[in-house]
Amino acid sequence: MKYLMLVTLDPSRDEADTDATGTLDVDDWVAKYDGSGVRLMGNQVRMAEDATSVTRRNGELLVTDGPYAESREWIVGFDVLECADLDEAITVASEHPMAAGGRLELRPFVED
Amino acid sequence: MSRTDDPGEALAQALAEQRLRIVASLIRTTRDWDLAEDAVADAAERALVTWPRDGVPRNPAAWLTTTAQRRALDVIRRAGTERTKLAELGAQQQLDEPGEEAAVDPGVVTDDRLRLVFTCCHPALSMEARVALTLKVVAGLSTAEVARMFLVEESTMSQRLLRAKKKIANAAIPYRVPGARDLAERLDGVLAVVYLVFTQGYAGAAAPELADEAIRLGRLVVDLMPDEDEPRGLLALMLAQHARRHARLVDGRLVTLEHQDRSLWDREAVAEALGLTMLHGRLPGPYRLQADLALAHLRAADAADTDWRSIERLYDRLYALQPTPVVALNRAVAVGMAEGPARGLLALDELADHPALRGLHLLPAARADLLVRAGRVPEALEQLDRALELAPTQQERDQLARRRTELA
Repeated sequence: MKYLMLVTLDPSRDEADTDATGTLDVDDWVAKYDGSGVRLMGNQVRMAEDATSVTRRNGELLVTDGPYAESREWIVGFDVLECADLDEAITVASEHPMAAGGRLELRPFVED
Repeated sequence: MSRTDDPGEALAQALAEQRLRIVASLIRTTRDWDLAEDAVADAAERALVTWPRDGVPRNPAAWLTTTAQRRALDVIRRAGTERTKLAELGAQQQLDEPGEEAAVDPGVVTDDRLRLVFTCCHPALSMEARVALTLKVVAGLSTAEVARMFLVEESTMSQRLLRAKKKIANAAIPYRVPGARDLAERLDGVLAVVYLVFTQGYAGAAAPELADEAIRLGRLVVDLMPDEDEPRGLLALMLAQHARRHARLVDGRLVTLEHQDRSLWDREAVAEALGLTMLHGRLPGPYRLQADLALAHLRAADAADTDWRSIERLYDRLYALQPTPVVALNRAVAVGMAEGPARGLLALDELADHPALRGLHLLPAARADLLVRAGRVPEALEQLDRALELAPTQQERDQLARRRTELA
């Protein structure tokens, strides 16, 4: 089962936990799950000021600066995980440093 | 259990014994929750046709199991899609095992029921979904029954169940008992679902039969996890609270523990609760401590006979595990009863500014109780007025108002 793991941060909320117990340093996390074949790919993405939104409405192309205005959470990175099931994906996510520093969201692929 | 020749009774008995086992094992082999439930319903319908005609089979439970498995296999074969090939293999394998043995083999089947319980209570499902799934699939209630108990439309409940089953499939929530690493935490989650079902029934807002269902679920978890003490603690806690149900609510009026007619307590439930002693060599968990607290009250011959010292000690231990303001509040009351109202009021003062207690009637109500014991009636009346403003239910407001009238 493949999951897209979105790494998000809500800068308006001071919710990050400084206690990183149970998580790994990001380089160790990447090395561990690249090595085990769980992490198929992933990267950090640049902040909202470098985002571009593209929409088409009534056939007309609209290109605007920034992310969708209403979203408060920033997507700061993503990983694609190949796991046996959700419990494995939860374990993998729970060791990511951003589990303490922000929020991780697991989205299962529609087709494997 | 004694056998009966009456087809209706035999079927009810066989379903009570076997429904959960059959559903749980069919979910494992077919991965199809609806199919598993439908197959059992279909087998039951067939039994109602054939048993009155041909007589009740020698082993009704085994008959039911085999018929439900065959039915599931038929449906899968008829669907005949590539996707179902795996499910067919699984179901076939199960059928190939000798029918009667498969039905009673304790090892394998027990596991499936526990898998089902843990999956229904998975933390990736919403609490509402966990409760609904557990009552529908584990307890075997109909969608209409669950909907009525939670005062929602049947279509709403049916949507909720559908969503939950879809999420289990789409997100690949495993059908498994969690490993040692996660077991304690996930077991807490299961017990939380069972206790939520119980408190829904106990609070009287929803259907009172929810309390009975929760106790049945509690017994099931105790049977399935005989080496864990917290399920025993939870079951003892529920039974101890349930034992007081007729004394607690009289003619729609809430009666506090102190004023309950103890002859109305359900002695059978008390005895069962007392029998669920802590497993040897364990440290008591939160449910065990709460059960001991409830039982400390049940053991007392009357309110004056209550052992408040040991209740205070139990609250100390509970607070160490669950440092919540409500536990602290109850502890303060116990201090007041054990060491005199002045000490209790001091302990309550420490909680006065707690944000989680602000806006709750519990704090002024507890303060009023201790003030009365200290002979400070005018202050107690003030606190009761404040509690009356804050109490969330009519029953609680009535109870506080009666208390106020008695005092004034």
